[in-house]
Order: sequence, then structure tokens, then C-alpha cells
Amino acid sequence: MPEPVRRVVGKAAPLEMDDVDTDQIIPAQFLKVLTRKGLGRYLFYRWRFDEQGRPKEGFVLDRPEFRDAVILVAGRNFGIGSSRENAVWALMDFGIRCVIASSFGDIFYANSVKNGLLCIRLDDDTLRGLRSRAVSGDMVLDIDVERESISLPDGSALRFSLEPAVKQWLIEGLDEIEYTLRMYGEAIRRYEEGMRSYLKPRRDAAVPLE
Amino acid sequence: MPRTVFEKIWDEHALAKRGEDEYLLYVDRHLTHEVTSPIAFEGLRQKNRSVRRPDLTFAIMDHNVPTADRALPVRDEHSRAQMRALARNAADFGLTLFDYFSPWQGIVHVVGPELGLTLPGITLVCGDSHTSTHGALGALAVGIGTSEGEHVFATQTVWLRKPRLMEVRMEGSFKSHVTAKDAILYTIRELGTGGMIGHVSEFRGGAVERMSVEERMTICNMAIEGGARTAIIQPDEKVYSYIRNAPYAPEGEDWDEALKYWESLKTDPAARYDKSYRLDVGRLEPQITWGTNPAMCIGVTETVPDPRLAEDPAQRRAYERALAYMGLTPGQRIEGTPIDAVFIGSCTNARLSDLVQVARLVKGRRVAPGVRAMIVPGSMLVKRRAERMGLHRIFMEAGFEWRNSGCSMCIAMNEDRLGPGERGVLTSNRNFENRAGPGSRVHLASPLTAAASAIEGKIADPRRYELASIEELELEWVSPWVECNVLAPLRGG
Repeated sequence: MPEPVRRVVGKAAPLEMDDVDTDQIIPAQFLKVLTRKGLGRYLFYRWRFDEQGRPKEGFVLDRPEFRDAVILVAGRNFGIGSSRENAVWALMDFGIRCVIASSFGDIFYANSVKNGLLCIRLDDDTLRGLRSRAVSGDMVLDIDVERESISLPDGSALRFSLEPAVKQWLIEGLDEIEYTLRMYGEAIRRYEEGMRSYLKPRRDAAVPLE
Repeated sequence: MPRTVFEKIWDEHALAKRGEDEYLLYVDRHLTHEVTSPIAFEGLRQKNRSVRRPDLTFAIMDHNVPTADRALPVRDEHSRAQMRALARNAADFGLTLFDYFSPWQGIVHVVGPELGLTLPGITLVCGDSHTSTHGALGALAVGIGTSEGEHVFATQTVWLRKPRLMEVRMEGSFKSHVTAKDAILYTIRELGTGGMIGHVSEFRGGAVERMSVEERMTICNMAIEGGARTAIIQPDEKVYSYIRNAPYAPEGEDWDEALKYWESLKTDPAARYDKSYRLDVGRLEPQITWGTNPAMCIGVTETVPDPRLAEDPAQRRAYERALAYMGLTPGQRIEGTPIDAVFIGSCTNARLSDLVQVARLVKGRRVAPGVRAMIVPGSMLVKRRAERMGLHRIFMEAGFEWRNSGCSMCIAMNEDRLGPGERGVLTSNRNFENRAGPGSRVHLASPLTAAASAIEGKIADPRRYELASIEELELEWVSPWVECNVLAPLRGG
């Protein structure tokens, strides 16, 4: 169950790249885990470490001025590809609280919301401006989820919009399973009672007992 | 109001609405595998929750499993731990499990349809993006994350934002040696990796109607690479024939009742789409990717792009980076590029009809010296069917490795991978940096293009190889199911 997310304040780092897929956010070899903790060290692993696991120079989040970044300003189609929620867990474990992009992979976006990682969509031009201002390494943003507004260091503000349900989810941080069963348990039971018999698979039809 | 097939299934399963466009859908089938599920099961344990409908939930090992001899131990301790965790979770929560040793084991998106777990008109979810594959049978199938999976375990429902509707109309007839894989690669090349974001793509038109169910699975599988939330094709006779008599498919009166419902699942003629794309498949040549996402794709006779001709600086940077990673020169011909490996496998192209096509090209030929060529059947059932037909002998005589089923080199979580800098032609779905192992260079293509490339040891145009007829394969044993669903469509042209 995620913590409520009402406000994100902190430094923004620019990621000058479109089509960042979830294989890049966290490679498949680090999906062989039984816990979500500690995945931050594998974030963008191939861009940050060589084949022997030695740190590579120069990736934006490893540069001294961006070590404390909590906001990632990306490009188009961030988080496309695989459904791995590990991508979201790795970003959050690393300390990222918000990703700004002009579009997101659908499953990545849904996974982010469930975990309280704020994903903001801005148009390409605004995004490009924001990235170039972030390059200096001293752009601190103050993001107000409730008011859907990003305050910049010069006092100006950018507006963004979230779907109402997403916004409510972020602000409240509820236990969705408990919520669904409480609010819609009756509707689920009714559907199940009316479920046609052909929808029920024959139990163990293909499974010899071994 | 006229509706598409997707909307009809959606409306049938929507239990509630929240906000503008979020709906609570009942889930008729939940497929789960060893990689994305353990944390969801842990979540259930922490809250003392059970799986609401174990009878609708099926667990399959596919991502991690070795594809060598199953009598050998699973050497990777992390893979073994995830496989053991799935076995334990299936036992604790009462789920049907297809484990490493099961005769029904395979890639979840191959197993679902072939066992009749996937049916037209159902909602199906799985913690894997390629769940869109099941849309080829007329199911509303969506890939979900781990948190959503936990929600489905506990409630048998999922909250989904209703996707917009996109029509991908494929007309015309394929030229010889050009396949469904080429059509979907070309579509993604045209629309880009984000071209279908937020949409369900409904594939329709004469070319789609003429496709076999397995070809339809190939295009629905890869719609996700164009950013689609999922894909769907309205069900028809071919789908009913594909699942008829499958172990989990309905029988007797249940079958008759189901059929009546399925026949109502057609898109109404006046239904509207938010977006349309139209493709004449008759003008396509075999396609192959040159870069590091599936949209970076060209025809096999074309040259790789020159970044200086890119439309904008971002694209130029992306092209330069991709060319450097792939070890290619701007403007070079893709055909003739030397390769190290060929992989025929994955949920995109490892079904029986894919293997028959490969056999038609490689029969009587030999894999080029120095090329590692492997065939990893989509499921153990595909493997058994192929062996009954004698296909495995054609492959082994040609010098292919004939392996057991799993996701294998497509995601490289087991031992099947390319080494750093090695170049392979793969029939899978993703060519991202490092996808088939650190430093791997992946070219995505059809089974025919991959087979031709294995023979030449270079990226090759399959049209230079005459395909053996089905008769010339001298198949040893062909079941009625195989004749009807696999061979007949290939004979049809």
C-alpha cells in the first residue's frame, strides 16, 4: 500500500532520450528476485555499469550535481515495453518520486500509480524547455499534486493534469483490495452467481497428478 | 449504439465505474508465471488473504526455465528460487500449476490458447505485456503489473482505464515468403513505438480474416511493441476449430451455448474508432529490425538509415546511438551482414505453423558453419506435435539445436543468450539494448527470414529459397487438429 503523495519537492535531472523501455530501466536479470527492496542499485544498470559490474562514468543520475535528484525529466514514450513493476520499484528505491514525460507506456503508468510514483505528462516543447533548464543541476521543482501545478525556481508555474481517479488515488494512498471488496464485493458476487457454466474450466483437465 | 467486439466484451464484464474512464472488470482467467508473481503472493500472505478463484487461476513456469535436458538440475539459484516459489505458492493457494516437468508446460501465451484456457469473449489477465496475444482468439486480454495481479488474486477483478479504439485494417494478399510477422513489424515501423499508446488495436480486414489463428497471435502479440494497451480480433470459425476439444475448452451443451455467444461477438458495421491505420500487405517485402526498438525496422533489401537524414535532433541521436550499439554503418545494406546465431522461438513465433514454415525452408539444407541455430518450441505440446510429424529430424539434420520450451533467448533469463557483441536473427518481439544478454545485437524477423539467415550465416532474404511443399516434408504422423489448424492454412497459400 503506497504512502499518500500530495507534494513532491526536489531537484530535477534531465534524461535526454525518447523511448526509454523498461528493459533499460531495469534489465531482466534483476527480475529474479522475491522482494521489491533494494532494486535501486540496478536502476538503468547497463547505462551505469559495465559488463564486469564496474561503474561507468557520466550517466546523469551518477553525476555529483544530480545525486540528490528526485524528479526525472524524460522525453517521449517513457516506460514502454515489458510489464515489469520492478521498473517502478527500482526508480522509487533509487529515490525518484516523479517522472515527467510527454507520454508513458500504459502498463508502466498504471504500475506507477499503484505505487505512488507520480507520472506527469507535459507537451514536447514544454518538456524540452524544462530539460534544458535542468541541465545546470540546480533546478528544484515544487510539485503540488492537489493543485496540479509545478513551481519553478524563478517563481513561474507549469500546469499539468491528472485523471481525477489517479489524483485521488495518489492523495489518499488507499488499500485498493480492501476498497474494492468493501465497495463492490456485492457486484462481484452477483457476477459470479450469473457466470455461465462454460466459463468455468474443467478442474485439472490437463494435469496428471504427479 | 454500434459497438466493436472489444466494447461488447468490456460491457459484459464491467462491474463498476470510477472517475471518468476507469472500470472494474471481472476477470474470467488469470494466468501467472514465476517472475512477476512472487511479490503479489507475499502481499496476500502479509494481509492473510486468499486467492478468491483458484479455479480460474493457472500458474505456469516459463521465463526462467532452462531449455536443455529437463533431467539436469536448474543451475541458476535465483531462477530455481523463483520456480520453487511458484510451486509453493500454487500449492498454498490451491492453483493449478504447469511446472518445469509438466507435459503442458510452455510459454504462457502459447499454452493458454492451445489448452482452451483462452476462449473468445472472456477477460484474461497475466503479469506479462505480451498478454495481448490472446486477443487473437477474441478475448479481452491485458497485461498487468504485480500490484494489479495481487488485486486480481484477492478480488478476481481489475481496475482498468478504458482504452481508446484503434482500427488496424490489413487488406490484400501476402506475396510468397512474406508473413504476418512482416506485417506487424511494418505496422510498428510506420506508427512508431508509441503509435498505439492508450488504444486497443483491433486487427481486421481481408488479410486478417485469411490469417490462421496462429498468424493472428503473432500480430496481436506484437501490438504491444507499438504501445497498444492490447489487441483483439473478432472470433470466427477458425478460432472455434482451434480450441474445439482442447483440454479446458467447454464440452457438450456448454460448447453449444458458448458458440452461440461467440457468434454474437462481431464488431457492428457502424462501429466507430478513434484512430485508423490501413495497410495493404500485398506490397510488403520481408522486414527486419536494424536498431534497438521494434520500430527501427526496414525491408530486407533496404539500407540502414543515415542519422543525418533524421527528422529531428532527438531522432538523430537515437539513430546514432542505435547504429553504434548494433555495430552498423549508416547507409549499409542490411542483407549480407554476418551473424553469430539464430533463434526460432518466443510467444511471437514458436507455434507449430512457425516450425512447419522453418522446416519447409531448411529441409535438405545446412546451417552455415559457425552459426549457432536453436529452435525453442513455444510449448511442450508444440514440441510433441512437431516430433510426431518428424519435423525435429529435419531441424537436427540441418544443424539446429532442438530444445525444450521456455521464453529462452527472447528475455535471456536462463542460459540461452547472445554474448557481448554477438549478432543474432531472432523471431521474438524485442530488440532493446542488452535484451538477449549484455551487449547482444538482436535483429527481429519472421521465422522464414531467420531460417534463411541461419543457412547463409548472414542476414538473408528468404525469397531466394524455394519452400518445400507440405507433401515434400514427408510428415510421419499428422493429427486431424494439425491438418485443420496448421497445415490447411499453409496449403491455402
